[in-house]
Amino acid sequence: MSTTPPLLALEEVTKVYHMGDVDVHALRGVSLEIMEGESVAIMGASGSGKSTLMNIIGCLDRPTTGRYLLAGEEVSMLDRNELAEKRNRTLGFVFQNFNLLSRTSAIENVELPLLYAGAHTRERHERARVALTRVGLGDRIHHHPNQMSGGQQQRVAIARALVANPKVILADEPTGNLDSVTSVEVMAIFQQLRDSGITVVLVTHEPDIARYAARVVVMKDGKVQSDKRQEPLRAEAAPSDAAVGGEA
Amino acid sequence: MNPLQTLRVAIRALLRNKMRSFLTTLGIIIGVSAVIAMVAIGEGAKAQVEAQFASMGSNLLIVLPGSTTSGGMRGGFGSMPTLTWDDLRAIRTEVPTVKYAAAQLSSVAQLASEDQNWSTRVYGTTPEYFSIRDWPTAVGSPMSDSDAEGGTKVVFLGQTVVDNLFGANANPVGQVVRVKNVPFEVKGVLAEKGQSSWGQDYDDVAFIPLKAFQTKIQGGLQQFISGQIYVGAISEPATARAQKQVTALLRDRHHIGPGQDDDFSIRNLTELANAQEASLNTITNLLAAVAAVALLVGGIGIMNIMLVSVTERTREIGVRMAVGAKPRNILAQFLVEALTLATAGGFLGIVLGLTGGRVLAARLHWPMLMRADIIVISVVFSALVGVIFGLYPARKASLLDPIEALRFE
Repeated sequence: MSTTPPLLALEEVTKVYHMGDVDVHALRGVSLEIMEGESVAIMGASGSGKSTLMNIIGCLDRPTTGRYLLAGEEVSMLDRNELAEKRNRTLGFVFQNFNLLSRTSAIENVELPLLYAGAHTRERHERARVALTRVGLGDRIHHHPNQMSGGQQQRVAIARALVANPKVILADEPTGNLDSVTSVEVMAIFQQLRDSGITVVLVTHEPDIARYAARVVVMKDGKVQSDKRQEPLRAEAAPSDAAVGGEA
Repeated sequence: MNPLQTLRVAIRALLRNKMRSFLTTLGIIIGVSAVIAMVAIGEGAKAQVEAQFASMGSNLLIVLPGSTTSGGMRGGFGSMPTLTWDDLRAIRTEVPTVKYAAAQLSSVAQLASEDQNWSTRVYGTTPEYFSIRDWPTAVGSPMSDSDAEGGTKVVFLGQTVVDNLFGANANPVGQVVRVKNVPFEVKGVLAEKGQSSWGQDYDDVAFIPLKAFQTKIQGGLQQFISGQIYVGAISEPATARAQKQVTALLRDRHHIGPGQDDDFSIRNLTELANAQEASLNTITNLLAAVAAVALLVGGIGIMNIMLVSVTERTREIGVRMAVGAKPRNILAQFLVEALTLATAGGFLGIVLGLTGGRVLAARLHWPMLMRADIIVISVVFSALVGVIFGLYPARKASLLDPIEALRFE
């Protein structure tokens, strides 16, 4: 174990939702440390609190109690603007349903985080092109989401997540809407990103997908039930996507 | 994110729904063009009235002799001559606010040139009259004092009379015209004045020096003025004062006691013009108000569509927030979208209003006058409408919770 501080550190984090008169305890004291460069799969049944945990890690939500340190900085007390900045600079999101802007070309979708980071048009364009090339879509930058397969759309989403050079990429059921072959291709991209030093945290309920991660955290009833390290399965990139990887 | 980038994002979002954006803008287009066209036509009508009254003469008062009363039958104004030449002299010399005063004696007479004849109004007057009515001579020379006093047999013709007696473009100066069979030499042709607001042709007229008129055309009643006195006040604001002073003077000279009716009447054309202008102003304002309501309805249309758009694009808002958009970025984006719709509508409305107003004015022969300030006001007002009606939807969008927004179906 190295002595460097963890990239993500949750200390006794709880989250309570008020649904009318009922309090729903989504998280009941979660402590978790994730080091830079790790690949972690968070598993659990629905209602186990894994989505809530993901939202808190992703700075989309704040814990009710407890501390959350992102890259050494306490973020549990930040306001909406500061959280937006963290999401923009430090984090990248990949969703189950891709969440690309419709009637908007791939490159414009990928440029989106840079737009809010205040990058100039030319720089935005260049970096988005590089990111798309990195996920193997260098020849489809002007395609619109409705002209692409699910796997291609998810790769655009990954390009969008990594274009601003985040420290962490958070993926919420990234293969949930994909067939098994495409799922493996997407996992291959995640593994290559991890190899280039980006921390990858993904939420999944599929054990097959969790096998590609080096660490599996299982949630149950708002608590961490188990936290194990494993030798990850290597995902084979599709032959046509051999260009994946490259410059960081 | 800088304003230019925000604008670009907004325009792109609007172009994604071209038809809807256009229909939303249509409300503003119609509102603004209505305001522009209505105000232009109203201002045009006002300018026309002003021009017509200006062509009557500036700061003009007309003194008419009184009415006769015999056995309960009352004649109209002018049916009995009550104004004397001494009255005229008194008005000219004793009232400080009066600059000019001139008698206008009138008669209808047959005029004949060598080969044509024409019936028209013939007026006998003095040179001052032309200053009061602001009426220069276009060809030849104007009436002189010696013409007026010496009884010279010269005549000054309006353009319509010239056209009818000598043909268009003819120069009649030096030729002889017979008025009631008395030969007069044409000395000048008056500048064209056009029509009055009630359709009278100002140019269908002939003027003869006062003395000659009295001896050759009219005759009799030498003590009284069988016509009207035209009075020019020293300035427009002094016109009302001049009216009061002339009234007081004439009442005094005619020995009219308090409580008795005047035996003359005075028409104040400036007042008439102001009254007509005021009524036109009311109509213009009314039309503009109706048009402004249209603009307001257009604004509500924008708000409606922006609210639909925010709901429809909830997921997009969630995505934008997830990748780092701050609430104010979202606010700015939707606000700029509303503003762009409204301002584009404003500009298109100006184009439509100007061309529409021009076509309408040309078709219906209405005058039209475009005021630059109205154009600026319309653009500012439509932009304001965009901001006011865009603010609520934009704020609603910016307050969305990113998690909820991302989950929105």
